[in-house]
Amino acid sequence: MTAPNHHWRQFKNAIVQVLTFACAVLVITPLILVFYHLVRQGFSSINWAFFTQLPKPVGEAGGGMANAIVGTFILLGQAALLGVPIGVLGGVYLSEYGTSRLNWWIRFTADVLNGVPSITWGIVVYALMVVPMHSSSALAGGVVLGLMMIPLVMRTTEEVLQLVPHGYREAALALGIAQWRAIVQIVVRTALKGIVTGVLLALARVAGETAPLLFTAFGNLGWAHKLTEPIAAMPLQIFIYAISPYDDWHRQAWAGALVLLVLVLAVNVSVRFLTRDRYARRT
Amino acid sequence: METHFEMELDSLKQKLLLMASHAETAVNQAVQALVQRDHDLALQVRENDRVIDQFELDIDELAIQLLTKAPLATNLRLVTVAMKISQNLERIGDEASKIAKRARDLSREAPVKINLDLPRMAGMALDMVKGALDAFVNRDSAAARAIIPRDKEVDALNKQIHEALAQHMVAHPNTIGRCLNWMVAAKSLERIADHAKNLAEEVVYLCEALDIRHAGAKAAEKSATQSAAEERG
Amino acid sequence: MPEPSSQMVTAAPAQPATGGLALTVRNLAVSFGANQAIKNVSLEIAARAVTAIIGPSGCGKSTFLRALNRMHELTPEARVEGEIRLFGEDMYARNVEPVVVRRRVGMVFQKSNPFPTMSIVENVTVGLRLNGVRHRKLLAERTEQSLRMAALWDEVKDRLHAPAISLSGGQQQRLCIARALAVQPEVLLMDEPASALDPLATAKIEDLILELKRNYTIVIVTHNMQQAARMSDFTAFFYLGELVEFGPTARIFTSPSQKRTEDYVTGRFG
Repeated sequence: MTAPNHHWRQFKNAIVQVLTFACAVLVITPLILVFYHLVRQGFSSINWAFFTQLPKPVGEAGGGMANAIVGTFILLGQAALLGVPIGVLGGVYLSEYGTSRLNWWIRFTADVLNGVPSITWGIVVYALMVVPMHSSSALAGGVVLGLMMIPLVMRTTEEVLQLVPHGYREAALALGIAQWRAIVQIVVRTALKGIVTGVLLALARVAGETAPLLFTAFGNLGWAHKLTEPIAAMPLQIFIYAISPYDDWHRQAWAGALVLLVLVLAVNVSVRFLTRDRYARRT
Repeated sequence: METHFEMELDSLKQKLLLMASHAETAVNQAVQALVQRDHDLALQVRENDRVIDQFELDIDELAIQLLTKAPLATNLRLVTVAMKISQNLERIGDEASKIAKRARDLSREAPVKINLDLPRMAGMALDMVKGALDAFVNRDSAAARAIIPRDKEVDALNKQIHEALAQHMVAHPNTIGRCLNWMVAAKSLERIADHAKNLAEEVVYLCEALDIRHAGAKAAEKSATQSAAEERG
Repeated sequence: MPEPSSQMVTAAPAQPATGGLALTVRNLAVSFGANQAIKNVSLEIAARAVTAIIGPSGCGKSTFLRALNRMHELTPEARVEGEIRLFGEDMYARNVEPVVVRRRVGMVFQKSNPFPTMSIVENVTVGLRLNGVRHRKLLAERTEQSLRMAALWDEVKDRLHAPAISLSGGQQQRLCIARALAVQPEVLLMDEPASALDPLATAKIEDLILELKRNYTIVIVTHNMQQAARMSDFTAFFYLGELVEFGPTARIFTSPSQKRTEDYVTGRFG
């Protein structure tokens, strides 16, 4: 039953298999390298002090990034407050309402905004908030991250809602349920996991943004006591430490980068966990 | 292009027509044996009745099989009508057999000196059978309806023949046995005409989905013109 | 209130409903942009009877069905003209809300679609709860009643809080029927409800429909003529958006008066 070219075809099969495997490995390699490097350079600097102490004055050893860690969370919190409602509701509108013409323009705008360099966002919010307020502020930082989240969350929400089979909407409406109720309590509820995933991934993404924060949050070597004061954030602090001439700060930058990576990894893992398929389906 | 099911329906129709030609031949031969006093032909007719009986079994079996395929509308009516037609044809075959039996008995005795119109009666009955089957093939409801009242003519002729035979029996008592045989033969032809009428009624049902059995000849005659008018497109 | 019945009663020969028209359709026309899907259809749906809509694909049967509960209003390009009366009331009148119509005219779809985030009991009561009904006892009663009517109670009564999607295909479809019945509609529309099911599940659904027709008016779209012949009292044959023939099922399937009906029913096309 073997055809004449059997061995040659087997060989071709093997070649393609090896090539594609090599490419797959190539994709994972950078992550492994980055992780390895960060651990090697930064692990030693991770200690209790890192998480609880403020940066020490220049030249002194020790200190930590407590304010940057807290600052990142504060900024993310504000970003979520701004980005999640507008993004999710905007996504709901795109998916469930609106005319196809208008929606096309909204989608187009969102896609463009998603592609805008983050530093541009920073400059815009600088002009809109920092200049009139005469100071950098946590508020501005939160706003810029929130604004960046909006088109992202809107598009992922819309896509997830579109994945909800049309049959559910029809079934809900056929029961005499009002349209808004059907959308909120049936369609959105069905897509909830996906929406949450989209929000978490958007948060993970803006958590690492440095450039926009340069102009808005600006960074702070101490605590910010009010939202209208400049605030520290992890990527910002890492940047400041990294370009400084101090070895101690360099070590802390590595530690900070490692912590940031672990944070992003944690979000991704929990997203996978949350979206696992719990119910076995009988056909 | 015909579907498989349509081909099976066609084969059912072909079987029916084949059975019909056997039945017609049987009647023809039986009457011929009777009139020409042909002993061997009479025996042959009785032999061949088995073939007609087998046809009825085959057709009924085929029809049941077709019913499992759930035919609808005209196809459904065709299958049920086919079963009825095969039954009627089988009875016609039986009557021909009976005529042949009488022919056999009469051929063994001296002929009776009487002029009987049996061949004409046979011709009328056979015409009705032929007509019904032609109407079946052509799906001609009007033609089928026209056949139904002709049964009365055959009945009248039968009555005539009976009376002639009865008179002869009174006048010539020694011919009673033979005359009774002739009476039975005539009766069988009358029954054959009845069966032909049934065939025509079944054809009307097939074409018009109207069950006109037991309705009376007048009703059938009246509608003969009606159905000619409403020709189904 | 309809009576619950957990047993299957052997169906009596279908008799046309005694009096009363559930829906009267006059000069219905439905178009989607330039495409005229339904052209001038007039029809009367008898109450407490099963009316089947048959026809080849694309003939407009589903479109017609959806006009009966104003589902076309979900499609922006759809235009519905003509008159449809539900027990004498104009369904499409200006002051009539589609939501109200849909509570009186329920629908079951071809592909069963129980809401995946909800349990069995939550699915059954969703139509009530999302319309403001909170009364616990009423919800519990309605749940049992509807599940019994859908011939599903005995199979799920011990696991009412199990996720709805853990049921088999046939059970899910019966759940959808229960869900539709819980709202106590007067008319139930069914769009090929058994076409995605195996023969055994299909037979259960057909039996169920024959039971239901004692209390509900049912309109069912089906491409399966044997099913229509088995289950319905009246049959309407649609072709290319027009109503070709309508009448008692027995007549349509033994001696249709239109040649197109005859051709379709004997399988010469479609």
